[in-house]
Amino acid sequence: MIFTPIDIASSSVLLFLLLGLIAALLSRKQRLLIDICFSLAAIASLLGLTAGAWTVAGGVTEKIVLLVGLPDLPFHLRLDPLSGFFLTVIGLLSFFVSIYSIGYVRGFLGKRSVTSLVVFYCLFIAGMFMVVMADDALIFLISWEIMAAASYFLVLFEHERIENRRAAFLYIVMAHVGAISILLSFGIMAGLATGFRDFSGYTFDAMRATQFSVVWATAAFLLAFFGFAAKAGIVPLHVWLPEAHPVAPSNVSALMSGVMLKTAIYGIIRVTFDLIKVFPWWWGALVLVLGLISAIMGVLYALMQHDLKRLLAYHSVENIGIILIGIGLAMIFSSFQLPVMAALALIAGLYHTMNHAVFKGLLFMGAGAVLHATNERNMEEMGGLIHRMPWTAALFLVGCVSISALPPFNGFVSEWLTFQAFLLSPALPNPLLKLLIPLGAALLALTGALAAACFVKAFGVTFLGHWRGHHNPDVHEANWPMRFGMIMAALTCLGLGILPTMFIGWMDIVAEQLVGTKIGTSAGAYGWMWLTPVAPERASYSGMIVFLGILAVVVSAYLLLHVRPGKIHRVPIWDCGFEKINQRMQYNATSFSMPIRRIFGFFFSVRDRVRVGSQAGHAAFPKRLHYYIRIRDRFWLWLYKPIAVSSFWIARKVGRLQQGRIQVYLIYSFITIIVLLVFMR
Amino acid sequence: MKLYPLVTEILQFFVLLGVAPAFAGWVKMLKCWAQGRSTPGLLQPYRDILKLFSKDVVLAENASWIFRFTPYLVFGSALLAGGIIPILSTDLPLAATADVIVLVGLFAVARFFTALAGMDIGTAFGGMGSSREMTIASLAEPAMLMAIFTMSLANKSTSLSQMVQVIFSGQTVLRPSIAFALLAFVLIALAETGRIPVDNPATHLELTMIHEAMILEYSGRHLALIEWAGMMKLFLFFTLGIAAFFPWGIAASGDLYAIFAAFFFMALKLGIEAVVLVLIETGLAKMRLFRLTEFLGSAFLMATLGMLSYFILE
Repeated sequence: MIFTPIDIASSSVLLFLLLGLIAALLSRKQRLLIDICFSLAAIASLLGLTAGAWTVAGGVTEKIVLLVGLPDLPFHLRLDPLSGFFLTVIGLLSFFVSIYSIGYVRGFLGKRSVTSLVVFYCLFIAGMFMVVMADDALIFLISWEIMAAASYFLVLFEHERIENRRAAFLYIVMAHVGAISILLSFGIMAGLATGFRDFSGYTFDAMRATQFSVVWATAAFLLAFFGFAAKAGIVPLHVWLPEAHPVAPSNVSALMSGVMLKTAIYGIIRVTFDLIKVFPWWWGALVLVLGLISAIMGVLYALMQHDLKRLLAYHSVENIGIILIGIGLAMIFSSFQLPVMAALALIAGLYHTMNHAVFKGLLFMGAGAVLHATNERNMEEMGGLIHRMPWTAALFLVGCVSISALPPFNGFVSEWLTFQAFLLSPALPNPLLKLLIPLGAALLALTGALAAACFVKAFGVTFLGHWRGHHNPDVHEANWPMRFGMIMAALTCLGLGILPTMFIGWMDIVAEQLVGTKIGTSAGAYGWMWLTPVAPERASYSGMIVFLGILAVVVSAYLLLHVRPGKIHRVPIWDCGFEKINQRMQYNATSFSMPIRRIFGFFFSVRDRVRVGSQAGHAAFPKRLHYYIRIRDRFWLWLYKPIAVSSFWIARKVGRLQQGRIQVYLIYSFITIIVLLVFMR
Repeated sequence: MKLYPLVTEILQFFVLLGVAPAFAGWVKMLKCWAQGRSTPGLLQPYRDILKLFSKDVVLAENASWIFRFTPYLVFGSALLAGGIIPILSTDLPLAATADVIVLVGLFAVARFFTALAGMDIGTAFGGMGSSREMTIASLAEPAMLMAIFTMSLANKSTSLSQMVQVIFSGQTVLRPSIAFALLAFVLIALAETGRIPVDNPATHLELTMIHEAMILEYSGRHLALIEWAGMMKLFLFFTLGIAAFFPWGIAASGDLYAIFAAFFFMALKLGIEAVVLVLIETGLAKMRLFRLTEFLGSAFLMATLGMLSYFILE
């Protein structure tokens, strides 16, 4: 018997489910449980990765019908290049994170039982694998719920803290509002597939074969987009994300931010390009505009944070926005029958999907290492960690450079491709779009530049300067499994940055499947080292040469300057002859972002106040100054608070029906029967 | 006589390394004349660099590898950028490596690490400089890209060499969009190279300095590299302006005489541009930090107007 990709992928899912069981049995031996389960989880992820990469490389599509399922409605699984691509992304990051977890989860030993963490970790990855393999609405929603529920329990892992419980509650509410909307969307499509006669329309194949009318298709798309947007954390549905991601254990945050959000991207692509297929341009414009808003708001909110993990979580909002920009452009180009451009924009979005998975995974793993070492998430209390955690610092820096879209790392490649897609907009026949789309390019540029500012802050405040905290904890470097996980992610960042032609050649088949053409024919016009989308004379980029060029100059300048032995004197910091400089005089996260807060302050509700403490003789010489600042998400005040308040109000009104007396309830039943008898003849 | 493209490329690197300090010296001389001072001479930047190279390095106790690595990286990215911009000729082997977006990216890498180096020592000045520099950059970069996009939409390419060739082939006539883009580019170039009214390269006053605050702790060869790279950046922004807006004179082939002529034209155009720069710098006062939003906002507005007029009028 010959193994095919779908067999490998299914065995990977089974292995994960089995691991969940093993973990439950091994709960007495915590140390062994961590070593065995996470090692096997790494192997299972590698299986998923292999299956996905093979599917995309071979360009094959395979289906299986499972024997289990509802009566007469068996489950369908399918692996096509699109699922294969997302399977690869999920497998890749969960491989890194599983290895990292071997070291990271040890930190909980002796403090609490990690059994539930391991069980739900395995279920969570299995759920994500199944979501991208699902080929009917039922198994899709079941896997979607497994994924959501497992991640809910992971967020709740350290449940004794009230903010964790609140975050988990908010998360599960948002997840379910989204899930209902996705369910309704599939309901519409499944119903139309059979003309609302029976249930056989629940397979994706039946939906693919149906031509939807514009109105129904729009309804289905809007519902699905809303549902997936709630999962992906698109503004204004992003509020759960900066609450839930930071409080989960860091390995889980890495997975949630790196790949769970991507399943929503997968859903959007699957529903629009594969199931509905034909759509008007304004769908793409909607996706593009929301992507732009998410990108810019995400990065601005991130700049205001001083909690390292919260900052990273807001950056997920930004990066999901950038991915959606690519996808929105692809939808617009595709609706105007411009397949080559659509392919370019789609590849840009997908490439950013992969890049974001890797670098955000790396950054969360780095933040986890810092948290592990210092028990601190607040950047205002950190500083100078580069001296005590040299490995983590260097690896975190790779993540910072990648996410800030700086050449030659991977974030730059996808942003560059997105810019190229933007610059093709003059080919559009619609004059309004022609005018407005280049402005989107400017917003993307602003996002990139602000992200760089944000990561100068994140890295500079956390790792550089002096320790800012009051007490000096015993900071230690991350242990080896953690380092290995991060090293592999960092190398992948570099690889994706300097060999983009290779990876784009590999994933080009996804574009062919969805929009009918590849960009590969033009992507390699100068050879494998140069990325030349569209046409070589239009634009070209070689990350490899940029990397080697900078490296060569740096090395040769270093060597040339060290021919003559020059002395390096290490001296104390020059304090301008005043009192000794202390660590509280450094810039911190809040002061670093102050100019940007002042410029873009109208996006937030900022309240800051200075209180002068006790004075020494004269008001001009206060002994102490207290500075308070509170920055809140305006969406929370504008959108969520009214909803929360009004739902409590409705609940109270409806609650009046509950009298607690049996006679009243019997009257209710009686009235109901009368009404039914009158109207339902 | 034809030169191999590789030889042209190497020649261009030498021009960049050699002429950039002279250009900085020329700007300084003009400024002195304009303000009625006596000048240190055209060669003063060379003497400064040489002096710094021969000095020992004084490092703060807690400087990490980032602080020591940054000068080399800044120097390297500036040099690589010089291989991409058609300074003398469009026939460059490195031209295909990177287009104008990558060029902006290369400057961004240098800035990113300079800002980190500013925060490395843990002094208030360093952090202040980093914070201000990143704020200004995050406003200047989109405006810069918009100005460049206007040019690349008009020339249907983001590759600089290609843009120059398209202009040579006469497909681009004088357009309103290019005038707006040029105006935006001038404002951004002032911001990106740290000139008045955005930053003052000659001051070390805590209230005003931005770039100097970040590199305050540098000394010896590290400072020499950073200063040299700074001069190269000034030179590169001016040659980038020449290539994008006034490319006439740049050699289209590897012909030796054409390259000599290109060098001559470059020197001429740089000389004139320096006069414009000095007039701006002498005529204006440095702006308050929070007034810069308006300055950079108007640059962005110009670039946007350029792009809109490209679509509406052309």
